[in-house]
This record gives sequence, structure tokens and C-alpha cells, in this order.
Amino acid sequence: MLAKRIIPCLDVKDGRTVKGVNFVDLRDAGDPVELAYEYSQQGADELVFLDITATHEGRKTTIDLVKAVARQVNIPFTIGGGINEIKDAEILLNAGADKISINSAAVRNPALINQMAAAFGAQFVVVAVDTRAIEGGDFVHLSGGRIKTELNTLDWILEAQERGAGEILLTSMDHDGTKNGFDNDFLKTVNDKIHIPLIASGGAGNQQHFVEVFQQANVDAALAASVFHYGEILIPDLKQTLRHHDIVVR
Amino acid sequence: MIGIINYGAGNIFSLTAALDRVGVAYGMVNTADEIDQYDRIIIPGVGHAGAAMNKLQESGLVPYIKKLTKPVLGICVGMQLLTEFSEEGNAAMLKLFPLKTLHFDARVAGKVPHMGWNSVSIQANNPLFANIEDQTYFYFVHSYFIEFDTTYTAAKCVYGLPFSAAISKGNFFGVQFHPEKSGKAGEQLLLNFSTIQID
Repeated sequence: MLAKRIIPCLDVKDGRTVKGVNFVDLRDAGDPVELAYEYSQQGADELVFLDITATHEGRKTTIDLVKAVARQVNIPFTIGGGINEIKDAEILLNAGADKISINSAAVRNPALINQMAAAFGAQFVVVAVDTRAIEGGDFVHLSGGRIKTELNTLDWILEAQERGAGEILLTSMDHDGTKNGFDNDFLKTVNDKIHIPLIASGGAGNQQHFVEVFQQANVDAALAASVFHYGEILIPDLKQTLRHHDIVVR
Repeated sequence: MIGIINYGAGNIFSLTAALDRVGVAYGMVNTADEIDQYDRIIIPGVGHAGAAMNKLQESGLVPYIKKLTKPVLGICVGMQLLTEFSEEGNAAMLKLFPLKTLHFDARVAGKVPHMGWNSVSIQANNPLFANIEDQTYFYFVHSYFIEFDTTYTAAKCVYGLPFSAAISKGNFFGVQFHPEKSGKAGEQLLLNFSTIQID
């Protein structure tokens, strides 16, 4: 059976891993290549690297980092941040990235999704969406959750799918950094309406939260950062817990 | 030494990195006479099968690949090229296996692409899977699949329906999953291919 995926996310800045609480206070959590290798050995199913400062500071993701990860790590990985045009994605593909994720650039220029899917295949294109619930509606936010858009989150996800996204990475900015659990209700609403894989992000604080997001929202993958980086959850333990709850994992 | 068919269908950095990790030597095959320099051949490939077949045709390597007697491994779209026909672009393939490459959409209720780690049932004694346990997980990313066949399927995977995770026929092998991204098991498979002997 197809296994549910556990994905550590490494937010990187200047070649180092960082994770902010609600994306604001940055703390240094190590060398991304070493961390990536360690996670692959522990049984992580995939990795996501996000250059979290890329969007508002215009910083490009480093090619050297991608190449080093591709050389040393034997599981797939996605890279996001600073990808604004086809050329950016092509450089990352050739450096060994399995997928790229686009967020603000896709909101500003939705045709970018079509262009990337046509050029590299849908499987290469992850559309990352940051959402907040505001007065009963869910709206897409940009720049690490700071800028609200007028886009309804579900409508945008459906449009991204229609345009050729191969996967959706949905982060609830209301839950991110809280460690109170994933936004299971909204994730289920989205998951029930799309036919491409959905990665849940934002709010993981303990192992039970992963059990809940798979049982309640039936997402394809769950992503977290600090609980893994600081060793609060060890991936082999997490997988044992998931197996115990009859959730198929590798 | 492994020769990698270099016909421009997708990046091969991950593949060469995996071969480096397991210590297997390789080189690139751009022209027909370069095929003779290697004792086994890998046909990589990502993206659109029809487009990949066109690129392979343009390389001029097709007639040479079809008559190879040394071990050949097709990976992902490189495997689909070994079949008769693909629904992706409704394109004729190399016809080395009497099998078809079909689209998941319309045939399965699950999400497409089939993306992630799935377990495979391995045919006994297939040298490609030496030292790899039955039901091992491999990493898949694909929207098209090769039909299951009792003769040619070397490893079966199930995603809504049974399909070929691996095929084998004489010196020709193919894997739908990505061994270069499938952890230790994938590296073992590449190592196995590097030593396969054809009787």
C-alpha cells in the first residue's frame, strides 16, 4: 500500500537551518546537509527545504546546497524559495532537486504553474499555500503569513490543481508554531475536494497530532520542522506510533 | 562500467549521485559507437513518454538499443520506453516488451500522480532484487503505469490496481520507481544491476 509520508522541513537562510516561531524569531538549528542526511537515515520519507527569507528579500536558494543534498541523500527532496521563473526551476532540477515549490510567485503569476508543469511535468511542481482563517473565510497569505490576499484558499488550491500543480503543501498560519495540532478540519475540507496529493503543515507538537491528521484529514503527507530539529519527536518512534494506529508507513 | 543513455530526457544528476554513493563507475552514451564501451546500459527518463521517445529517436540510438544483448535497465519513463505503446502522447515505444503503458486517471479512484513510497511484491530469484526483501518500499512518482503481466512483471505494486513496479525479459529490465531516491533498497538495486550476468 502507498505509505503516508513524514516530511521534515528545513527552513534555510544563508546555508543554515532555521525555524521561526510563527515565522518571526529565527533560531539556528544546524547544517542543512547534515540534518538532511540524518533524517534520511532515521526514516524520513522526503525532505522540504524552504528559503524562508527568499520572497521578501529576493534571496535565491543556493545551488550548492541542492547539489550537496542530492549527492549525499537517498530520498526525494523539494526546494522552495526564490523561484520566480522557469529558469530558476531548471537550475534546481539540474542540480538534483526532485520537486520545486512555488508560493508567492504563483499567486502573482498563476500562469507560472502551467508553464512549469508543461516544461518539467506536474510531478515537479508543488504549490505551497499559506492560509489564515479570517472572519469565517480562509484566505491565502504571502510573505510568511504577513500579507493577506483576496484569494479564497480553497478556490486558489483548485485553480492551482487545474493549472497543473502536482502536489499542494498547505500551511495553516494560525496553527504554525503553536504545537497545538494540525488544522484537521480545513485540511479535510481541502483534501476531499482535490485529486492531487496534499501535504499538511503547521501545528505539529506531538506524535498524536500526526495520528490525528492522517486519521481525520486523510492527507498524503505531514510536514513539521522544530519538533524534529530539536529532537522532541524521533522519526522511528513516530512511525511506530502511526503503525500502532494502523496508518501505513514505510 | 555502466553507460547512461544521454538523450536529454530529464536530469540525471540524482542517478549519477546514487551510482557514486554505491561506488559504481559510469559514463555517458551520446553516440552509437559509445555503447560498445560499456558492459551494461541504463536508460533514464522523466517527463512525457511520447516526448522522450521522440528524443530517443532523434539521438539515432534506437536500432542499437533494440539489438543489445548486454544488461539494460530502464528507469521510470526509461522503463516505459521499453513497452509497445504509451497512452501518454499515444506514442509507439521500443516494443521490447509486449506490454502497454496506460494512464491511471479513469482507471483508479486514487490521487494521480501515484506519488510516494509503496511496497512491492518481488518475483522470486530475480537477480535485480537480490538481497532486497519482499514488500520493500520504493519511491514512485508517475501518472502512467505498465500493465501487470504474469510473464514479464518482476515486481508487482498495487495502487487501485496491480501494475508492474519492475519488468524483466532476458537482458532487459525496467523499474517504474526511482532507485536513486529509494533509500538503501534503491542503492542495493543499482548495485545488483551493476553485477548482473546474462546467461
